[in-house]
Amino acid sequence: MLEVEVRHRLGAFALDAQFASSGGVTALFGRSGAGKTSLANAIAGLLRPQFGKIVVDGEALTDTATGRFVPKHRRRVGYIFQEGRLFPHLTVRQNLLYGRWFAGVPSRLDEIVGLLGIAPLLPRRPATLSGGEKQRVAIGRALLAGPRLLVMDEPLASLDEARKAEILPYIATLRDETKIPIVYVSHSVAEVTQLATTLVVLSEGRVAAAGPTASVMARIDLFPLTGRAEAGAVIEARVAAQDPAYQLTTLRAAAGELVVPHLDLPIGTAIRLRIRARDVTIALHAPEATSALNALPGTIVEIGRSDGAIIEVRLDCAGDALIARLTRRSAEALRLEPGRRVYAIVKSIAFDHHTHLAAGRFSAGQVDI
Amino acid sequence: MSALLAFSPDEITAIRLSLRVAFWAMLGSLPVGIAVALVLARTRFWGHSLLNALVHLPLVLPPVVTGYVLLLLFGRRGPLGRLLYESFGIVFAFRWTGAALACAVMGFPLLVRAIRLSLEAVDRGLEDAAATLGANAAWVFVTVTLPLTLPGIAAGMILSFARALGEFGATITFVSNIPGETQTLPTLTYALIQQPGGETGALRLTLVAIVISTAALLASEAALRRASRRVSGL
Repeated sequence: MLEVEVRHRLGAFALDAQFASSGGVTALFGRSGAGKTSLANAIAGLLRPQFGKIVVDGEALTDTATGRFVPKHRRRVGYIFQEGRLFPHLTVRQNLLYGRWFAGVPSRLDEIVGLLGIAPLLPRRPATLSGGEKQRVAIGRALLAGPRLLVMDEPLASLDEARKAEILPYIATLRDETKIPIVYVSHSVAEVTQLATTLVVLSEGRVAAAGPTASVMARIDLFPLTGRAEAGAVIEARVAAQDPAYQLTTLRAAAGELVVPHLDLPIGTAIRLRIRARDVTIALHAPEATSALNALPGTIVEIGRSDGAIIEVRLDCAGDALIARLTRRSAEALRLEPGRRVYAIVKSIAFDHHTHLAAGRFSAGQVDI
Repeated sequence: MSALLAFSPDEITAIRLSLRVAFWAMLGSLPVGIAVALVLARTRFWGHSLLNALVHLPLVLPPVVTGYVLLLLFGRRGPLGRLLYESFGIVFAFRWTGAALACAVMGFPLLVRAIRLSLEAVDRGLEDAAATLGANAAWVFVTVTLPLTLPGIAAGMILSFARALGEFGATITFVSNIPGETQTLPTLTYALIQQPGGETGALRLTLVAIVISTAALLASEAALRRASRRVSGL
């Protein structure tokens, strides 16, 4: 669906990246200066790479071997910029309709305005909108131009936490309800794990790793790139049971059952959990007489290498990967080694789930257990 | 007091001619001014500084010199004057159109400068955004760049108009001071001052010049404020 290969030199910075994705949300993840935006610009045609090939849905948009370079206005690649870039001299409605002449598809203004909840904003001017409102209008504007691919360059980076939480659900809805593939540029682990189906980790202009989000996030060797504080595993689960008496909810994943404080979700709801390494400890035996509710049996697969105090350990829990963080001294004292059967004790999870926004059912957050 | 309002036919003609000349000078130079401002703001080429200097030349040259250069180029026997006459029947020398040309040239640096500054302030990112929505370069220019440049264009037009109303040296050198054809408000004022008994007429025209110029400046302020508000999106 999307194949990208770009080699481009800009002064001292060299971009040399290659990845493919089969749709959904492809996150380009990395620190600032890793080349994420250059790659996004190359896909949208804002940057003409010195060498490379970019194919969307089987059509080559850029191919330096044949000299092909479809100009940016004919690519139908919608671009959502960090700063929104709404036209200040036009109203919200005029901004939304800007691309209608070129879309070649019937305008779905009402539908998209409803999806993004921006109907009350239509007569207003961009300068009077909040940051979150601006980004929603920018998303609507890109969608109404009839794109076959959306590029989002850190769309939440200039927003505060509350505004981020306001926009993220809309992007998740977009992923689930429209079939438009999205290239999502970000340096935030939380955003990427919540949204991405495919994760491309960039470092100094090169692809350090690419693949399904859960498997890339679980790679201990990438932790210096994915950011140690937030690093952890991503697993899929479903709501299995509710316990009204104790206000607890049971989630079932391949790894086992997790009991968390009450989540207001129907039984069967699919939910994506992010379990940070710092929230997981390791026990050699099934814990008894402990306040911890969640102990998942698993096998040690990999022990990270470090000369510092802290190391990460990757466990295989019936197919789900879990990462635990502990001190090197503890790891040696417990004689942890690959193949050893242990228990992962989970203290906190972050979650989001994939229900319909329209039904007001979206929630994302974090619970400690 | 009433003598101050008793305009002679010559004076009325000169005032109307001045307004007409200034109007056409402003309007005629506008497209060229936008094009040159665009070239200066957006491109870099070997003759860039030279073009910039050429545009600003009328600002620093003595107006008489500018007028004389126009006479050499656009006079009946000048290379451009002859070409225009033979191809299109257009004559500048000693006609009101020539006065308009002289005024346009004199006001051109002010026009270009105002538009160029405004163009340079336009966020190129907005143009990229428009392109990703499907707009080609010409459409981006018309729907995004031009509207955002409006404050500069308005300011440049007013400056060009005001400059044209006051133009004297280049006009009198290029097209002389022919009543009813090229005698504008400033050249008539000058002629009246030279005549015995012409002081009252000169004073009348002076007051008219002050009124028109003040009105133009106030109008430009208002236009600028409105355009800036529009562009800033409030």
